[in-house]
Amino acid sequence: MDFLRPSTWDEALAAKAAHPDAVPIAGGTDVMVELNFDRRRPPALLDLTRVAPLTEWGTDGDLLRVGAGVSYRRIIEELGSRLPGLAMASRTVGSPQIRNRGTVGGNLGSASPAGDAHPPLLAAGALVELASVRGVRRVPVDGFFRGPKRSVLEPDELIAGFLVRPGGAQQFAKVGTRNAMVIAVCSFALSLSLETRSVGTGIGSAAPTPLRATEAEEFLSRELDWEARGPVPPSVAQRFGELVAAAASPIDDVRGTAAYRSHALSVLARRTLAWAWKGFREVGP
Amino acid sequence: MTTVEAGVAGGVGTSPKRPDGGLKVRGEFAFSSDLWADDMLWGATLRSPHPHARIRGIDITAAVALPGVYAVLTHEDVPGAKRYGLEIVDQPVLAMGEVKYQGEPVAVVAADHPETARRAAARIVVDYEVLPAVTEASLGVLLRHVPIRTGDPDATADVVVTGEYQVGMQDQAFLGPESGLAVPAEDGGVDLYIATQWLHVDQKQVADCLGLPAEKVRLTLAGVGGAFGAREDLSMQVHASLLALHTGRPVKMVYGREESFFGHVHRHPATMWYEHGATRDGKLVYVKAKIVLDGGAYASSSTAVAANAATLGIGPYEVPNVVMDASVYYTNNPPCGAMRGFGAVQACFAYESQMDKLASALGLDPVEVRLRNAMTTGSRMPTGQIVEGPAPVADLLIRVRSAPPAPEGSGDLREMPGGVSNTTHGEGVVRGIGYGIGIKNVAFSEGFDDYATARVRLELIGGEPAVLVHTAAAEVGQGLVTVQAQIARTELGVERVTVATADTSVGSAGSSSASRQTYMTGGAVRAACQAVRAALLARVGGARLDGGKVLSDSGAVIADLASVIGDGPIEETVEWRHRPTYPLDPVTGQGNAHVQYAFAAHRATVDVDVELGLVRVVEIVTAQDVGKAVNPLAVEGQIHGGTAQGLGLALMEEIQMVDGIVRNPSFTDYLIPTILDMPPMKVDVLEMADPHSPYGLRGVGEPPTISSTPAVVAAVRAATGKALTRVPVRPEHIVG
Amino acid sequence: MPELRLRINGEDHKADVAPQVSLLDVLREHLWLTGTKKGCDQGACGACTVLVDGRRIVSCLALAVQYEGREITTIEGVDHPLQEAFVRHDGLQCGYCTPGQICSAIGMLSEHAAGAPSAATEALAPEALTPAEIRERMSGNICRCGAYNGIAEAIQEVAS
Repeated sequence: MDFLRPSTWDEALAAKAAHPDAVPIAGGTDVMVELNFDRRRPPALLDLTRVAPLTEWGTDGDLLRVGAGVSYRRIIEELGSRLPGLAMASRTVGSPQIRNRGTVGGNLGSASPAGDAHPPLLAAGALVELASVRGVRRVPVDGFFRGPKRSVLEPDELIAGFLVRPGGAQQFAKVGTRNAMVIAVCSFALSLSLETRSVGTGIGSAAPTPLRATEAEEFLSRELDWEARGPVPPSVAQRFGELVAAAASPIDDVRGTAAYRSHALSVLARRTLAWAWKGFREVGP
Repeated sequence: MTTVEAGVAGGVGTSPKRPDGGLKVRGEFAFSSDLWADDMLWGATLRSPHPHARIRGIDITAAVALPGVYAVLTHEDVPGAKRYGLEIVDQPVLAMGEVKYQGEPVAVVAADHPETARRAAARIVVDYEVLPAVTEASLGVLLRHVPIRTGDPDATADVVVTGEYQVGMQDQAFLGPESGLAVPAEDGGVDLYIATQWLHVDQKQVADCLGLPAEKVRLTLAGVGGAFGAREDLSMQVHASLLALHTGRPVKMVYGREESFFGHVHRHPATMWYEHGATRDGKLVYVKAKIVLDGGAYASSSTAVAANAATLGIGPYEVPNVVMDASVYYTNNPPCGAMRGFGAVQACFAYESQMDKLASALGLDPVEVRLRNAMTTGSRMPTGQIVEGPAPVADLLIRVRSAPPAPEGSGDLREMPGGVSNTTHGEGVVRGIGYGIGIKNVAFSEGFDDYATARVRLELIGGEPAVLVHTAAAEVGQGLVTVQAQIARTELGVERVTVATADTSVGSAGSSSASRQTYMTGGAVRAACQAVRAALLARVGGARLDGGKVLSDSGAVIADLASVIGDGPIEETVEWRHRPTYPLDPVTGQGNAHVQYAFAAHRATVDVDVELGLVRVVEIVTAQDVGKAVNPLAVEGQIHGGTAQGLGLALMEEIQMVDGIVRNPSFTDYLIPTILDMPPMKVDVLEMADPHSPYGLRGVGEPPTISSTPAVVAAVRAATGKALTRVPVRPEHIVG
Repeated sequence: MPELRLRINGEDHKADVAPQVSLLDVLREHLWLTGTKKGCDQGACGACTVLVDGRRIVSCLALAVQYEGREITTIEGVDHPLQEAFVRHDGLQCGYCTPGQICSAIGMLSEHAAGAPSAATEALAPEALTPAEIRERMSGNICRCGAYNGIAEAIQEVAS
């Protein structure tokens, strides 16, 4: 097995172009499980931890651009107020030890339906920035996932980072059968923007890929009283929950049943809506 | 009995620092997985992917051809007995023509690197003819049926409640996986360094399978990373020894987590049907029960588990009329055997659920209905055995009931079900309180010749009296080494006590299971110390020992302890037995089968998100009679730990099987409680001496596991109103 | 096979290992620093927790070659009041999780001292290390013996 160790982004892209079957590794918290259990023996590993720009975040116009190598810990500590939904999700990733190392870029790269970072990125309408020696492209995150552990990432591409519009009210909730260190049975993220009067959603662990509940989004953006920010009628919350559940296509597995997941998603949708809307009503835009 | 009242520090009833504590917090304690020898090879095991299949052929050619491979062995290479077993010799060392459960060992490999060994094992080609698997206990072959009949089988009652209950397959999930090092010896034997619960039962089985006399198979206890019953059966002991003898090199085997799930027995899944009949004022008239246990592919300790389920299966209650049938069956599921509280755990979930149901039917408080039926000293078990010694069932219940209520939640997200996963800010959260009480036998039962051996040596080291205690008793984390030293200090009045590493150069101590070791090996150490003391006094015609002096009858100082030992060390080895027990009558189940009973009660307070089915246990209050807290800190540790495992069974722990295939052999999917799942506890320890046991002590380790499960489930029922007849309770059971 | 140079407990170590090897396997199988334990090999138990530049990580999910030039501290290099506190409060039974618990607790205390919010803290201001906060921050280390109450007490004592 080769070990590629670029120290600049250009070197990293060149290495990936030369070794398209190399597996990129940053914090290692996903890749190492595969290596330890001998499920995967890639011909090469591409270490991205020396590529400094990957660990940076900053603004890009009116978007926030976060490097793929920013750890969950830093999302919580440095971006908690700008990206509250993602920070809430980051808090539920593995353990403190894993949050010290794991990165959102790695989560995207693995493209697991249970990845905790995906629902808030979906809800926030994030763009994933993919790069190769051929150039850079920005893919809307809801077009990024292609199947269980599959994405639109080309063999010569690396995930450079993601871009997201900060602000709005964001919530994230994750069901697990233990009070810590648990893989999601299902999860849900909600993002409300007063500015654009739009609703974003993200569902985790309840379909072959993380996904948006677009019908639920459209319904809610129509029904919410954006002007006066009046209370959400229970029937609207109920319907929103039903539409979120309907968007999922869960299965029965060791972590939970399909029926439970659908039910739980509708509950999470209603609750996160109440919390997010309450935030608007109390704090204002 | 004359114990020394010399005020020596660190004796019985105190909590001295555990001697292994310093090593453990510095990372210097050598666990079985940490061992190393020059020239060492690594072993790996090929296991069956099928729950049931005929083996038409095994081709090892490709494995042998891999560079770095030193041995590839199958059942044909087992020189002695091809099978082993704790109670019934039925489990093949390596599969012979047939595999009966997923994970059954088929071949073993030794190589110069662990990965090479694993890759070689994967290259072995096994030609399987897959056969239908029996995965339903009731369809399996009967392994043992334990009937119990007392009173009138046709008794009737005013109020009758019935229920069917199920317990899933729990795993001991010790953190330190199966591992050990086998070193071939010059005499043709083997020295095995191993994490186990019972060195001598391992020794006998390994020697039989190797075709060696026992004295050529020498076992030394390596550091044990938790046990909880899972190390009572053999795992890699014979395999590593075979490979070592075959290659002439030391062989180390270490299971990974996934393999560990296949490498040891589990708690028996159970289906239980109960019918309780009571008078209108809540006195039990009769209990009829049928318990079906899934024993899996091989017997392990199934027969004893069935006996426990039967004999303890109506709980710590006085019931005049009992019809009980507990049966265990062979299936093609993984073998089930010992896990903390075995047999008693399953039944307790059922009978305590029934007591709550009865309370509800009668409109009584759940504790009240228990109090009206609580057994006490002199009560008669359904086996006819009279409960001797304290049986403070009512007292324990009253104590947990009268503890102050758990504090109200503050609304902090961290205190909510789901915690920072942010599933509720209080929506749907309902508090519930539940109770449970259980009964467990201590030590081995049914006429088993249960004994422990201790060798105690009193000598001068650097001019000072010192004691060396040597037993084969397995320290598995429970603090047995601490306790052995405490007993020697108390009995001999000598502070300086060393406990030698456990090995087979001294006689058997029996198993570190059945809550028996402080009783049994503790008893043996005490007896050996008393023998040493008697020999010491005899040297100078003294009457007693006090403050480092030998005194006469009148209290005059005859000699200094050091000067008496100066004539030469005194060493005594004692084999110590508890009072005999007797077999159960095979038809009526009558008999004095158990030597001691132990009791614990729990009160659990939970917050349940009733819409999502998520639970946070807010507080657990427990009371347990330990007879005598030989080491109060360690007693509390056992109660915490046992309670945590019972909580795990209540809410999350289950090996999930589909058609004989384990679906969750990992710590990401077999969930055990974290520090956020285990609440603060209030522990009330009673010390009501048992007149027959050393210092009056009572076994401690298992009772807390038994009653915490029903208490937690009862609390969830109280919050949700759901019947919840199966553990672990899953969110979909609560919202469904 | 590249030669790996690691700085562990203030000493330089060399090992010839394949690139895919975890830091945990290098510690245990190549350098015989066996104080760090393997419980699950997939980051789900915390037994293999070590400190890297003072920060806690699970060494089973750490690719060893990524840690060249970093200051790695394993339990063998720890000399901390927490160790005695664990013994005093019976924060261990079998002891298999203990090295990871202690490294994790040391990392946790310095995270807290540096003002890092816990997973729970809504505001960025660090919370006092209450018993609940200690549990929250120690939720990545499983103890199957169930010595959690002793562990929490030991950490509480050292923290205050």
